[in-house]
Order: sequence, then structure tokens, then C-alpha cells
Amino acid sequence: MTELLRVNNLVTQFKTESGLVKAVNDVSYYIDEQEIIGLVGESGCGKSVSQLSIMQLINAPGEIAGGEVIFEGQNLLKYQQHGAEMRSIRGARIAMIFQEPMTSLNPVLTIGQQLTEMLVLHLKMSSDAAHKKAIELMGMVGIPAAEKRIDDYPHNFSGGMRQRVMIAMGLSCNPRILIADEPTTALDVTTQAQLLEMMKDIVQRFRASLVIVTHNLGVVARYAKRIYIMYAGRIVESGTTKDIFGTPRHPYTMGLLKCIPRLDEEEGRKLVPIEGLPPNLINMPPTCAFLPRCSWKIEKCYKEPWPELTPVNGNHFIRCYADTKEAKR
Amino acid sequence: MNQNQDNVILDVTDLKMYFPVMRGLLKRKVADVKAVDGVTFKLMKDETLGLVGESGCGKTTIGRCVLGLYRATSGKILFQGKNITTLPERKLREVRKDMALIFQDPYSSLDPRQSAGSIVGEPLKIHQMVMNKGEYRDRVEQLFRIVGLDPSMTDRFPHEFSGGQRQRIGVARALACDPSLIICDEPISALDVSIQAQIINLLEELQSSVKELSYLFIAHDLSVVRHISDRVAVMYLGRIMEICKSRVLYENPLHPYTRALLSAVPIADPFVEETRERIILKGEVPSPLNPPPGCPFHPRCFMAIPECNQAVPPLRTIKEGHEVACIRV
Repeated sequence: MTELLRVNNLVTQFKTESGLVKAVNDVSYYIDEQEIIGLVGESGCGKSVSQLSIMQLINAPGEIAGGEVIFEGQNLLKYQQHGAEMRSIRGARIAMIFQEPMTSLNPVLTIGQQLTEMLVLHLKMSSDAAHKKAIELMGMVGIPAAEKRIDDYPHNFSGGMRQRVMIAMGLSCNPRILIADEPTTALDVTTQAQLLEMMKDIVQRFRASLVIVTHNLGVVARYAKRIYIMYAGRIVESGTTKDIFGTPRHPYTMGLLKCIPRLDEEEGRKLVPIEGLPPNLINMPPTCAFLPRCSWKIEKCYKEPWPELTPVNGNHFIRCYADTKEAKR
Repeated sequence: MNQNQDNVILDVTDLKMYFPVMRGLLKRKVADVKAVDGVTFKLMKDETLGLVGESGCGKTTIGRCVLGLYRATSGKILFQGKNITTLPERKLREVRKDMALIFQDPYSSLDPRQSAGSIVGEPLKIHQMVMNKGEYRDRVEQLFRIVGLDPSMTDRFPHEFSGGQRQRIGVARALACDPSLIICDEPISALDVSIQAQIINLLEELQSSVKELSYLFIAHDLSVVRHISDRVAVMYLGRIMEICKSRVLYENPLHPYTRALLSAVPIADPFVEETRERIILKGEVPSPLNPPPGCPFHPRCFMAIPECNQAVPPLRTIKEGHEVACIRV
């Protein structure tokens, strides 16, 4: 597999009145061609901001303070945010699907207008050709009677259908990478299953790569090949899906797996919550942000700054000083 | 669980809740939204019954009917043997002392201008549960301790608490009058994964420490519902499709909708996921304004036969404590 995108040491920070918030702190990851990866974490861990940074969609008071985003041999962060190069990539080569299908479509434009805009802009299609292509795309994502529905407005569609429109839009310019930011969180489970299954199939057919950003461990267990776990702006564990779930090594990952109810669990299983709260990201100390909640902490954790990502086994990395090898699931 | 009548705290028979749709100048009734359409179930003392289903299936409406917030269109709700569907408002208030509600959103369900102590103590005043100020203060502090909050925080306002703590305030308020039934309407879905377990465990601990407490636990997340419930009722378009012990639900689901719903929920374990049956339903949930004839699920059902659109299948007992509404089972 060849590497399609590599992010090196990405830092995105927000200057707020109460202090500096490093929403994304030294994040590095890669995605291969035709690969599905998962980016997992709780709200505020920086998973969405890291993806917006790649697309250079960070506005003041936020800024991308460092790092590289290498896509097809070019560092995207060298481009101007509103420049022609970035525009030709954003939405076309790398596309993004947002969480809220209710708010990410323009309510005063028809679905057709919003779908064809991309095609005319990026692929320089004539409006007739774009119209035809839009109908084809809507059919592909499973919207019935696409010829009729293309002139409808977003409010005429249900939540699931709107998200299908978003997926059609994301795929309209044959992107190399599709970033799905909590694509199904606002939807019912059966709709969620329909859409994820469809996205997986379409991405495979287009030979594109898919980044699933989610807080749902089940979704990544089902679809992702590799997973990055984020906490307080940093990646704390990464590896293949089987590594992460089979032999989790970071205390946060282990904690997460113990605190979620599982559909197939034994009767009487007790959940073990992670005590405490996720940290406030303003003016964070240099030590590990999970330290106050960690049950594995050792003396070194208080003295040394947050450790680097270190390999534990092949492609399996953790950011932790403690020896968690003996842990049982 | 002992099924004899003394142990029943809530007995719902053929409950129907129709919301009229008014149109035109004279606001004539043109149709009914059949939010709940003939639901029958019993809730035992000390038991947790989970109501699960997708949005619009009527699970919240049932909770609201039980609390008397909606006047049921027809059917009977017996609470502690007393028919509460026909009680006048004044009498209903006395009954409500014995039931409480925990809301979904801990951000909007607490009055931002009331202190946490006063939120928790308000039911005590309304129902005249305390004689004097000293008793009131003691009881509020005791409630704070029960839900794991520091009693010194009674003078703080909701915005000073985190999401998990706010939900604890909501739980304390529900407990104020020593209810024997608490209706939990999506109590954890607005919380982060690592905080959800804290609230689930709190609810479980309360049930085992209080001498008599039943939960009607309404949620869309099957794994959570299965974890906390003794029995689960699966709803679709205002009807119960299947009701059984929560262990049986996963091991031996019989209704095709239950099977599809279960298979749509991913399990956070790639090794299990590899071998699971996946049923992807077609289409979307029909509108309750215009439900399909016969079994409401038959247009999407993978087991449907022509007879399915003839009549609404009644709930039938298949095994002891396992009822299914399907003619193919």
C-alpha cells in the first residue's frame, strides 16, 4: 500500500481570553491508499479540529501553529488558506462530511443547486452535465426518485436522507480521501448501519480512503483497519484495530473499553467508569493530561513531560510511561 | 421475578395516545398521529424495564403518559393498583409524588437561575415532605451525598457544574420525594462516553440501596438498555414488537425487527464483529401519521409474507416471559 496522506507534528491552537488552548497538540498520523482509519475520542479531544486543520478550515482565534500535512507529495500547510491551490484540493481531492446534516446544508438552496455547485466549480462541468451527474450521484447514495427530489429543499428530506445528500456531495468530485466527522451520530441505529455500510462500499468502489472520526468504539471496531485514540489534543494510542481492541495498552484506551456497555456482555457485568473529568485544555501542564484520572500512574509521570509515542509491538504505539503489559482485559 | 399482582407497580393496558392533526381555517381534525397505539406491559417492583426503539417509535410518549403529562386517548394505566388515566389533576399531583423523571439533557433541564440546592429541594417543598428549614437542609445535603456530590456545593448554580455533575443533580431531584418509580428518559445520551458509566453505575447502586425502586428506562442505545434493564421492550411505530428478559434479547431475539436492530449496533470488538450477522434494513421508518396496514414493520421486513399486511399481529407469548408480535415466529 502506498501512503496517501501523512500528518507530522500538527499543532492547532486557539488564543482565548483565559489562555492558550492547544486543541491539537503534536498529532502525527498517516493514511494509506484505499484504507479506512478511525480517529476516536471524547468531545473536546481535538479529533474534529485536527481534521479541519488538514483542510485549512481553522479561523481566528484559532491558528495552525506548526506541523506538516503531506498529501500527494505536497505540504498543504504551505498553501494560502484561501488560495487557488488549497481550493482545488478542499472539497475535491479531500472531501469532508460533517456531523449535523441538519445544519450543514443551506436551507434556502435546493439540493440540486448545492450538489451542482461543486461539479461546476471543481470539475468545470456545464450546468446540464452537472445536473445529470447530480442525479446520478443521488441515485448512487440511495435517494429514491432522484430526478424529482433534486429540486427539493433540505427541509423536505429526513435526517438520514440529508446525510445521504452530504455523502453524495462529498463524493461528487472523486476525492482521494473522504473525512467523515461523526457521520451518523445524530441518526437512528438502523439508518446509521445503512449509511456506514454504503459509505464503505462506495469508498471501495472509488478506490478512495476513508477517515471515520467518532466517539463510538463500536463503529471503528466494525469498519476501521487502523485506529488512533485521542485524548486532550494528543494521540495516546495507535495501532491496528485488532491491536487496539485485543491488547489495548494505554490506560485511557483500557479505561474506555471497561466503561462501555457491550451488547454481548455477560449478565451482571459491572462497568468500571474512568473517574474524574476530561481536563480543561487551557494552559495545560506539560505532564500527561490523563494523569489525574489514571490508575496506572507511576512516579515518573509526575516528573517528566508527556512521553513520546513509543512502539510496543510493530505498528502499535502508546504514549505512556507505565508498564501496562500485564493488564488483563 | 414474581409475576403476581402484588408485585406490579405499573400496569399498562392497551394504551393509546393519538395526537390530532388540525388543518384549515376551522382547525378541523384531519388525521391522528398514532404515537402510541395499543401498548400493554407490566413493570414489577424493584425491576428495570427498558423501552428501546428508534426516534418516533413512541417510547418517550409512553413515559409522559405514565406521568400524566399527556392524557391518554384510551387504555388504562394502573400505578400501584390505582387507575391514573382518569384521575383529576389535583389527585394526580399526589400520585406523582411517588414517581419522578430524569431528563435527557442535563443542560436544559435545570433552571439556570436556581441554585443546585434549591433545584433538588423544590419537590420537598411542593409535596410538603419536610417540616422546617433544618430538616429541609439536612435532606438536601443527604440527597447530594447519595448522588456523589459534595454537600458544600448546594449554593452553586448549574453552570458551575460539569455535564455529569448536572445529571447527578437531576438524579438527586428525582430522588427527593422517595419515589417508587423513576422514568429515565435517555438519561445518559447527552454525556461523554467516560461519564456515561458513572451515571449508569449510580442508577444501579441507587436501585440496590433504596428499598423499593423501579425504573422505566427509555433509550435508543441498545447496549446501554440491555446493560441496565431486567427486561426490554422493543418498540416500532407506537407498538411493542418484542418484550423479554434482557439476556434473552441478545441470545435469542425472535422478531425480525429486533434482529435487525441488534445487528445494526456495532460491538466494540473486531474479533466478534467479524462473525456477526448483519441485516441492513431497507428504507426508513414510515410516518406514524400514515402507518402501513397490518404489521407496521412489514414493508421493511426481510421475512415478510403477503399475509403480513392483513392484520396487526398481537403480542403472543412464545416462552414464559417472552412475547413477540409477529406471525412468522
